This record gives sequence, C-alpha cells and structure tokens, in this order.
Amino acid sequence: MNKKLILPTFAALLSAILAALWAQENTVIIKLIGSQKPAIAVPDLHGSGAAQNFMSAFNDTLFSDLQSSGLLTMAPKGMYPLQVPQRPEDFRQPPRPGTSMGGLALSDWASPPVSANYLATGYTAEQNGQIVLYGWLFDVGQPNLANAQILGKRYFGSVDEAGARLVAHQFAADILAHWGGTSLFGTKIYFISNRTGHKEVWSMDPDGSNQKQLTSFKSISIMPAISPDGSKLAFTSYASGNPGIFILSTETGRRLPFYNQRASLNATPDFMPDGKQILYASSASGYAQIYAANLDGSNLRRISSSRAIEVEPKVNPKTGNDIVFVSGRTGPQQIFRMNFDGTGVERLTNGEGEASNPSWNPNGEVIAFSWTRGYATGNFNIFLMDVASREYSQLTHSEGRNENPSWAPDGRHLVFMSTRSGSHQIYTMLADGTQVHQLTSAGNNWTPVWGK
Amino acid sequence: MLLKRKWSIICIAIALVVVASGCKKKAPPPPPPPPPTKAVEAPPPPAAPDIAEFSAEPSSIERGQSSTLKWTVTNANQITIDNGVGSVQASGSRSVYPNETTTYTLRATGPGGTLSKSATVNVTAPPPPPAPTAAKPNLGERMNALQDAYFDYDKSDIRDDARSALTKDADLLKSIFQDFPDAAITIEGHCDERGSAEYNLGLGDRRATSAKDFLVQLGVPADKLKTISYGKERPVCTESNEECWQRNRRAHFSTGQ
Repeated sequence: MNKKLILPTFAALLSAILAALWAQENTVIIKLIGSQKPAIAVPDLHGSGAAQNFMSAFNDTLFSDLQSSGLLTMAPKGMYPLQVPQRPEDFRQPPRPGTSMGGLALSDWASPPVSANYLATGYTAEQNGQIVLYGWLFDVGQPNLANAQILGKRYFGSVDEAGARLVAHQFAADILAHWGGTSLFGTKIYFISNRTGHKEVWSMDPDGSNQKQLTSFKSISIMPAISPDGSKLAFTSYASGNPGIFILSTETGRRLPFYNQRASLNATPDFMPDGKQILYASSASGYAQIYAANLDGSNLRRISSSRAIEVEPKVNPKTGNDIVFVSGRTGPQQIFRMNFDGTGVERLTNGEGEASNPSWNPNGEVIAFSWTRGYATGNFNIFLMDVASREYSQLTHSEGRNENPSWAPDGRHLVFMSTRSGSHQIYTMLADGTQVHQLTSAGNNWTPVWGK
Repeated sequence: MLLKRKWSIICIAIALVVVASGCKKKAPPPPPPPPPTKAVEAPPPPAAPDIAEFSAEPSSIERGQSSTLKWTVTNANQITIDNGVGSVQASGSRSVYPNETTTYTLRATGPGGTLSKSATVNVTAPPPPPAPTAAKPNLGERMNALQDAYFDYDKSDIRDDARSALTKDADLLKSIFQDFPDAAITIEGHCDERGSAEYNLGLGDRRATSAKDFLVQLGVPADKLKTISYGKERPVCTESNEECWQRNRRAHFSTGQ
C-alpha cells in the first residue's frame, strides 16, 4: 500500500471499529428506548373559574409524566409561539403555506424554532362541582386540521390540587399510549426499610411519595417479589425462626397461607406469569436449589439439580418457560438460564467477577442484573443483557454499589438500590442510565421491586 | 207539841252533829309501811378468757421444715396470733414455717379481759450439704467456651484452623449434651458483606451445614444441632477490610434466637 494512504486508512478503519463497538454496546438500550424520539410541545394550559387555582400543579404533572416516560423529546417552552390554540376551533389555516399565524396554525408548531412533531393542548373549567379537562393531541406535521387530531377527550376530577393532578396523569397516559407507552401512574414500588429499627416491607409511589409500612414482624423481613397482577407480595422472613417464604395480600394486608417445606432455608420467591405458582430456593437437599410450588406451597417440585448454591429464580414473564437464576456451580456466583423443567442449563455471564439479581424486562428478551465485572469484589453495577445474543450494556459506573434492578411495567424504567449517597437508598432511572432520581432517604432501604 | 219540837231539834241537832262530824276531815290513815328494799347485786363478772392450750409441735425444727401451732381458747371473742398468723378461731391448729427461732404469742380478748400465751419454735440450720466436687457453670457459660469456625471467601469447606476449633468444640458439645440433655444448640452461618445478600443466604447455610456435618462425624448427636443462615444480615463488624471480612465469614454457636 502507498505509504501516504496508510495513516488515513488506519484512521478510517479505527473509526469504523469504534463506531461498530459503540453501536454494539448500545443495541440493547436502543432496543428498549429507541434512538428516535418524537418531539412534543406541551404549553401551559389555562383553567376558567376555580380550576385556574390548580393549573400550576396540573401543568407540572402533565409535563413531568410526558418527560419522564423517555418516549418523547420535550420541545422547550421558551420557543413556543405567543398564541396557543386551546381547542380545534381556535386553529387558523395560513393563507399561504409558510405564513406565520402567531401560533394558531399547525405549521407554527412544526417549523423552527419549535420544531415539534406533536402538540398537546386544551383547557380546564369548573363544571357541576368538578374540574373538567378538555384535552387534545395534534400531529402538527399534517397539512390540515382535519387529519391532525389524534386524541380529543374529556377528563373529570375533584376541584382541588389532587383532582387537577389526576386529570393530568390520565391525559398524559392517553398521550403516551399513542406510542405504545404505558403510564407509570398508579404503579407501586415495594422495598425493604429498616427505618423502624427492623427490616420490614414497605411500598411507595414511583416518585417516592406515599411511603407506607406494610409489615411489622420486628424480625428480619427481606427480598420482596410482587405478583404480575400486583395483588400479592411474597418475601423471605425470619419471623417464624429459620428464613421462610411469607405471602401477603396487597389489597387486605393479610398473610396468605404458604407451606414452607422442611429445610433450614426457604428464600427468594418469584411469581409465575399466571400468578398461581411460585418459584423459590430451598436448602432441603443440603444445598440451596430451585423449586416450584403452588401459591400455598403444595405440589412441590424440584427444578434445578446440582450440588451448588442456587438462588433468585426469575421466570420469563412473556413465555413462562425459561428461568434465569444465580448459581455458584462454576465457581463464583453467575447468572444462568434453564428451561422450566430444569434442562438446558446455560451460563449467561462470562464467569468474570460475581453476578446477581437478574430481572426480566416485560418483553421477555432483556434482563437487568448486577455484576462486579471490571471492578473489585463487592463493587456491583447495573447491567442489561439481551439473553439471545448475550450482548450487554453497563448502566452505572461504580457510584457506590448498585444492585437489585427491577423493571417498571413500562419496560423502560428501572428501580434499583445504590450506596452512592453513603447509605443504601432506592433510585429510579431510564433504561439508558439517564434521569436518575433518588426516592428514599430515611434509614437504609434495599431490594426494590416495581409492580402494577 | 213542844215535845215534838224538842225531839225535832234534838234530831236535827244530832243530824247536824252527825253531818258535821261527817264533814270534818279525817286524819289520813297512816301510810302503809314501805316495801322492804332489795339490795342491788352487781351482775357476776364475765369469765376471764382462758387459754387451755397453746403449743408448737414440734418445738424444734430444722430450717425449711414446719411446726404446728395448736390452741384451745374459751371466753374470748377475738383471738390473734402474731408473726404472720393473724386472727384465728377459738380452737384450731396452723402450720408455720419460720426461718429462724420464733416466739408466737396468742392473744385472747373477751369481755372478761385479755390473756396471752406464747409458744416458741426453735429453728436450727440444716446440716450443710456435702461440698460439690466442682462448681458447674450454667449452659450459657459452657457455650462461651465454644469457638467459631472461620472460612475462606465464597467457601464453606472446613480449613485447618476450623478443623482444630471444631474438634475441640465436638468434645465440649458432647459433654454439654450429657449435662443438659434437653438443650438444643444452633449453628449459625454468616458471610462477609461483599457478595449479594441473596447468594449469601445460601452460602451461610452451607457453612452452618458443613460445620454440623463435621461435628456429627465426631459423634455429636445430629438431632441436637440445628442450623440457620444469617447470610450477611448479622455482621459482627462493618469495616470494609479483610480483618473484618474474615471475622464475619464464620460458623457460630448459639442457643437460638
């Protein structure tokens, strides 16, 4: 090769390799989050009568729900035109394409500087002792209004801040549904806290509000799991002596019966997709192994068969058929998968470091988990892995220990535990590692799970 | 005529005299003699209380034994015995358990007065028990002599130092179970902070089981040894260095909860 060409060729090759590596590193994330996000304009809406008093809370909630979904790019409010159409009849057709109507034409929102793809607008009023929200979603790229309306709906709430927030949550949920997104409003995070002096099970909203104590065994109660329909909580507790599985109804708060087989250890339960069976780890054989049973503990079957420590079974929520779990059968703890009948055992992580806490994405293709790969023993970070291709992605980078990731029902958010603040606390983030929010601060808090 | 008139005057005079004599107050008759006055006798004085009997039987006891007080009292409506006995009936008996020599006084009170009488119970110390061959510590003290077994990271096999500790523990345990046949001892398995909490539940369980298997091989009865894993839930120290981590990687003996 001509000497003059060696350097540029080498540089080009290097860039290509780096680009390929970057793309590979991020395919897992791209699969979940996507790289193209439509831009939406969400102007502050107004209310008439008593409704106006609560529009600040309304607008904050609407903007925040849409922004934190990770599905949309928010067009910055500072660029919005001065006039905001509040309902379809407010729109005007420009006399010639490109003429500005000060905000009353669809094209005013589609063109720079707003450059949005969508506009959410509307207004509220007080009517018959209720707040009424009239909400619309428009595709502002359409040439005329007739084709532009995607959503037009009324929402009702009480005439107070709670009612205003409620209609905002509902409007946001309907907007997100257009892109197949599910709102996280109404979902719950269950976790362990020792702020009362003992490890107990607690619940809270996805923004960290409404933190509520659910158990008071005054023992050690740990590692909660939530059933797919959100109605039952399973966890491990020392309240009856040796660690055993406990089941609680989230609706009544009452314990449901579970027969713990005779063993020194019964722990880390997980619900099957039909909510009628449980997987758990038991030391009945002398080593912690994976078992399946009915919801009351009957019909016990052993699934894994090794002389190794195996815990944390998690069944694929889409297929109900394959299980990922943590095992020491090849040495240090690693993530493995197997069929539901115990056959086809394969190791997913490459044997480096220690891996734990697998959690299936609702799509049944990607897991989140904790791994010390690349760091000293005990320094866990959150990783994602596409189970079929084994491609993985690292989401945290040794800001303390980061463990126990759990997927939100929307498959785009994770809740996890981190010691980055100096104590064990619960955080949420988007599956690309951005939008990290701290939810707890009292005492120490561990092992969150996100349920409906 | 005159005679008639004379006789009339005489009659009238006689009648007047009679009438006059009739009008004249008579001197009252002499009062009857007073009835003979009786002498007022003082009622006979009420009988004084009588304590026919007040005794302690036996009058000499060893500390810890009992004696029986017996009494018979008449002419009293309030009878008490001191030193904790209290009010009693006119006749009866009561067992007493004095720790030292005690004099019991019975006090009988009635309309006729008060009378008391005493009975003494002599208490002697019991003979000293035979000197024990050696002072026997209680179960907790015996447990303190049991040594923990320590493990390598992520391992539950018995290494050399654990082997010698558990061998000594086996002898201690066998004698503990002989002296305390109802005792059950728990072997706890613990881990250091570094692995995941879930895996450490399983590892702590293996450490406890591994220690138990070793002890059972040396003859310690298996049904008296329970095992429990605390994973990394109950560390003895929290520093992030090998010295503390090693202290936590252990099997430890307790009486449970």
